[in-house]
Amino acid sequence: MVRGLVKIFGPHPQKVLPLLRDGLSKEQLFEKTRHAVGVYEATFSVRPGEVFVLMGLSGSGKSTLLRCLNRLIEPTAGEILIDGEDIVQVDEKRLRDLRRRRLGMVFQRFALFPHRSIIDNVAYGLEVQGLPLAERHEKAKAVLEMVGLKEWAASYPHELSGGMQQRVGLARALASDPDILLMDEAFSALDPLIRRDMQNELLALQSQMNKTIIFVTHDLDEALKIGDRIALMKDGMIVQIGTPEEILTKPANEYVHRFVEDVDMAKVLTAGAIMKSAETVSTKDGPRVALRRMKELGISSIFVVTRERKLAGIVTAEDAVQAREENVEDLSRILAPDPPTTLLDTPISDLIPVLADSKYPVAVVNQDGRLAGVIVRGALLAGLTRRGD
Amino acid sequence: MENIPKIPIGDWVNELIIFVQSNFAGFFGVVRTVIEALVEGLRDGILFLPPVLFIAFTMVLVFLITNRRIALGAGLGLFLLLNLGLWEASMNTLSLVLTATFLALLFGIPFGILTAWSEAAHKCTMPVLDLMQTMPPFVYLVPAVILFKIGVVPALIATVVFAMPPVIRLTGLGIRQVPGELLEAAEAFGSTKIQKLVKIQLPLALPTIMAGINQCIMLSLSMVVIAAMIGAGGLGGEVLRGLQRLDIPTGFEGGLAIVIIAIILDRVTQNLGKGKRTRAAH
Repeated sequence: MVRGLVKIFGPHPQKVLPLLRDGLSKEQLFEKTRHAVGVYEATFSVRPGEVFVLMGLSGSGKSTLLRCLNRLIEPTAGEILIDGEDIVQVDEKRLRDLRRRRLGMVFQRFALFPHRSIIDNVAYGLEVQGLPLAERHEKAKAVLEMVGLKEWAASYPHELSGGMQQRVGLARALASDPDILLMDEAFSALDPLIRRDMQNELLALQSQMNKTIIFVTHDLDEALKIGDRIALMKDGMIVQIGTPEEILTKPANEYVHRFVEDVDMAKVLTAGAIMKSAETVSTKDGPRVALRRMKELGISSIFVVTRERKLAGIVTAEDAVQAREENVEDLSRILAPDPPTTLLDTPISDLIPVLADSKYPVAVVNQDGRLAGVIVRGALLAGLTRRGD
Repeated sequence: MENIPKIPIGDWVNELIIFVQSNFAGFFGVVRTVIEALVEGLRDGILFLPPVLFIAFTMVLVFLITNRRIALGAGLGLFLLLNLGLWEASMNTLSLVLTATFLALLFGIPFGILTAWSEAAHKCTMPVLDLMQTMPPFVYLVPAVILFKIGVVPALIATVVFAMPPVIRLTGLGIRQVPGELLEAAEAFGSTKIQKLVKIQLPLALPTIMAGINQCIMLSLSMVVIAAMIGAGGLGGEVLRGLQRLDIPTGFEGGLAIVIIAIILDRVTQNLGKGKRTRAAH
């Protein structure tokens, strides 16, 4: 929970703060007093277990804001509340304690200690807490195993590739088991393929760990992929806070709109977001009922569900006509096997090849196999062109 | 211009020295005793061993730090000193240089850390270091003699003054060169200032600090002859005697002995630095 956080860079930030509050713009303030505004009036709250992304272009104040959260940069004004405790007010000793136990941090350029082995890098946080060697190495090993680098424990950072180094960075942040992870452009220095792997790995780890993650990035695709919610920053201010979909479909202003303009919608929208409600027949209905429903709706195939609305299969009009001719009453005998299905949260970019290969629409099912909706080609195209309206 | 009287800087310094001498004589007496004990204790310790044993011991030590070739060279060099009849003078000089280096490090490294921590300390120290390094050493021999009397102690003080600046400079430089992001990381994990210094800054600054120590030893050796002028004896005394009597053999042999000691110490300290560097390579 952050309330009204301000950071002004310069020799007398407290003196010039009232000027800013009186409505002076940042440019005017800089002209007049040579003080630069890093962050102004940032207010947001992060829920436990959430991945909260601070996004913005370089110079937007996102990294400054992140560093205020563990006071690597001292905020000029405002409150930062963690479980009701105001971090801005605590003394140095308490701050060190919070940094050691509650706030882990991952850096853009890894910032591994070159003179320490991997395991001693990971154990650093535990070491400054004063844990004995055996205990901290044991914990560090466990975390290294989690990020898949167990056999590199005795190596030195320069022997590892960039992606591996950042895993060490992540392991170092996780070693003291903090509740909050601060990640400053953690994957920006990696090449695109490795970056995508790391994003997936972070999400996989997060599903086990359930940490509160505050993630800074300038990469919108990254923000949309890993963020539960995103705060978009511009010139030190938060412009909009919302879920990825809210940011894309309801941009708060022209700036956000322009920012998200070039997003590949296919990667953001999920099957659940564009599906239509599915017309179905039950397994106990006969071919005649199925044919009538298809005729009413003007479609050439229809999904068949069980009484629990689990997907049983799909029936085409041709098969139904043939079954009527042959007086077959049981629909289950003419089901086409294995209609294409997908889960609710699959991005629609993954659906395009499925739809292209299939003569049937795609069934959208939820976790326990119930039919949630259906996607036909038209709905997919509509989804791709949908934008802020 | 002629109407402006001469500013009596020299007289002021003179008065200061006399004032210090008459008011803090006890303090200088203690310093003198301690330093004398240090240098003479070390020298007597070395001379207590049979030279052959000391040479063997040195060769093993050099071998452990560097390699076989340098260890062998060091052994040959030391045998030459023994052969030339300069053993005692050499060990005298060696203990003077080592004590001077020890004292220079004892004061220089903390000072260097201070200059890295505080911009103000840095700005105050740098001109003083410039003064220490560029003022001809002969100039402070006289006050040193007045305060500490003729002998090995004023020689040692003068040597420390001359040899300490690179230690302070390079310690400060080494610590300042540690990348800010590493310090930020150390801080983010809750390090105290001392933990940051001991676990991050000093280890990463070590190659630079070792270069400072190497410089310090070399500068101490270059003071040996000057130190002999105020009674430090040793190899400097040999060279000085050769100079005063126009005695080419004595002078040359003494000079050669200084070179041998210098090369051994240089190779050893350089390799100490390098060993750490490859381990901390990035």
